[in-house]
Amino acid sequence: MKTPLVSLENVSKHYKDLSALSAINLHLAQGEVLGLFGHNGAGKTTMMKLILGVISPDSGTASVMGMKPDDKSAWHMRTKMGYLPENVMFYEQLTGLEVLTYFARLKGQSKTHAKALLEQVGIAHAMGRPVKTYSKGMRQRLGLAQAFIGEPKLLLLDEPTVGLDPSATAEFYLSVDQLKMQGTSVVLCSHVLPGVEQHIDRAMIISGGKTLALGTIAELRAQANLPIKIKPQGLNGALTKDRLLKPYLDGSENLQVPEQEKLKVLRHLLADESLRDVTVESANLEQVYQYYLAKAEQMQTERKTKSNKAGA
Amino acid sequence: MREIITVANKEFRDGLRNSWLLSITLIFAVLSVGLTYFGAAASGTVGITSLSTTIASLASLAVFLIPLIALLLSYDSFVGEQEGGTLLLLLTYPLSKNQLLLGKFFGQGGIIALATLLGFGASALLLFIKHSDFAILETFAYFIISATLLGLSFTAIAYIISLVASEKSKAAGAALITWFFFALVFDLALLAILVGTDSGLSQTTLTQLMMLNPADIFRLVNLAGLDSSDVNGALAVAINANLSQAQLLSILLAWVIAPLAIASVIFRHKKL
Repeated sequence: MKTPLVSLENVSKHYKDLSALSAINLHLAQGEVLGLFGHNGAGKTTMMKLILGVISPDSGTASVMGMKPDDKSAWHMRTKMGYLPENVMFYEQLTGLEVLTYFARLKGQSKTHAKALLEQVGIAHAMGRPVKTYSKGMRQRLGLAQAFIGEPKLLLLDEPTVGLDPSATAEFYLSVDQLKMQGTSVVLCSHVLPGVEQHIDRAMIISGGKTLALGTIAELRAQANLPIKIKPQGLNGALTKDRLLKPYLDGSENLQVPEQEKLKVLRHLLADESLRDVTVESANLEQVYQYYLAKAEQMQTERKTKSNKAGA
Repeated sequence: MREIITVANKEFRDGLRNSWLLSITLIFAVLSVGLTYFGAAASGTVGITSLSTTIASLASLAVFLIPLIALLLSYDSFVGEQEGGTLLLLLTYPLSKNQLLLGKFFGQGGIIALATLLGFGASALLLFIKHSDFAILETFAYFIISATLLGLSFTAIAYIISLVASEKSKAAGAALITWFFFALVFDLALLAILVGTDSGLSQTTLTQLMMLNPADIFRLVNLAGLDSSDVNGALAVAINANLSQAQLLSILLAWVIAPLAIASVIFRHKKL
């Protein structure tokens, strides 16, 4: 097996009494796209900073492309890493091209390369204008162009689609897919977004600096064991009389069926002649995410009540 | 090295774009040409004044202006980028903190140095054309070199402020206080000591104390060679101390390097 591009082993990071990350384990293979999900302050940005080598872990080891990212000897590999910070205000008085040329030069690339990237993200028409005249979406595209400098092997994107309109978002995911084909590993960091599911290989959900879940979306869905929503049409209230289906009914003509019962219920429904249409919806990422967060919260309150009891 | 040049180039261009170079040069040129011509107006004559009067008046104005300009130019260098998020981004680039610091220093220092050379050089040229005396060029050379060093020193001090401050507005306040301290309070305190201690302070001690303020070193460099009739205040006492101009300039240079080194240490330990 090839060595992973990024590996975090038992990594922890504390700021004073706040534990930003604790005991994080992660291995990211080449060409893999990881979705990193969590609320604000969950530790997403801290994790990215660790991988980027801007900060060092308090315990555990981080390694990127076989090196410690915070070590001086690893600096040359930074030309192969791209990062889009969550909030970045580029030099307002400079033009888009000037900003990107500056960053490209720092990575040993040319102005021509910067121009090509501006074309790629679709703001070449505005490259001669100062950044202060850019809209939110254009700024975000400029940030993305910045992250794409030098065909990186590893991309860390913090909230990449904020401020992008739907078509720009689609374009963005298209470039992520292309990069993945070229063997670039991507960490997509965000609150849960609709539409991100098809583009990520694995998802990691963190909260309070701890890993709540890590795996493919199918795995997480199976682990969470969330019911599947089946929406039959044309049965005209026959559902309430059906002994097999009645327990799954959720009050609005929909059936909430556990994964393992799915086919059985479907077969039963299809046998009914009056069925006109049926839609099957698996739990989406949003629901999976909510499930894990709720579970974590529940465990925390339980622990609190326990410790309160122990204290009393 | 490529990284330092890239950063320096960007900072220098920023200085051009924001018209910093133009305005500083203009201020210096108007100030120096004006003083060269009208410096003697108080004594009832208009026309090119003597070299020592010109330098004395220039030095006493420049000592307020140059630190203020340097602090204004550089106080937000780091805290500004930190607020904008580009500082964090730059540190993920193949660029060390010292390279970033030096790049900024060379770029913004270049603006100060060029403005000083052009602005004060104008009046040196004017005087030289009138009098064709090489002593003028020599005196002005010392003046321009020391003025540049003074500017660079306060650029480096501004970086310390910019790296310590958590917000741009706080950095601005701190820069103002720093200027006030070095330009005014320090000398007043020296005078107070001098008067209050019944001249118990020896000339050597006074001169040594003045080495703690780059602005005073600048004054000493430029006034030491002049008739003391053009000079007053605490300086007049210190002026006869036997420090050569070369020695004074090297102490001023130390005032550039030391704050830069401190800024580098602070930057290394800065949390982002």
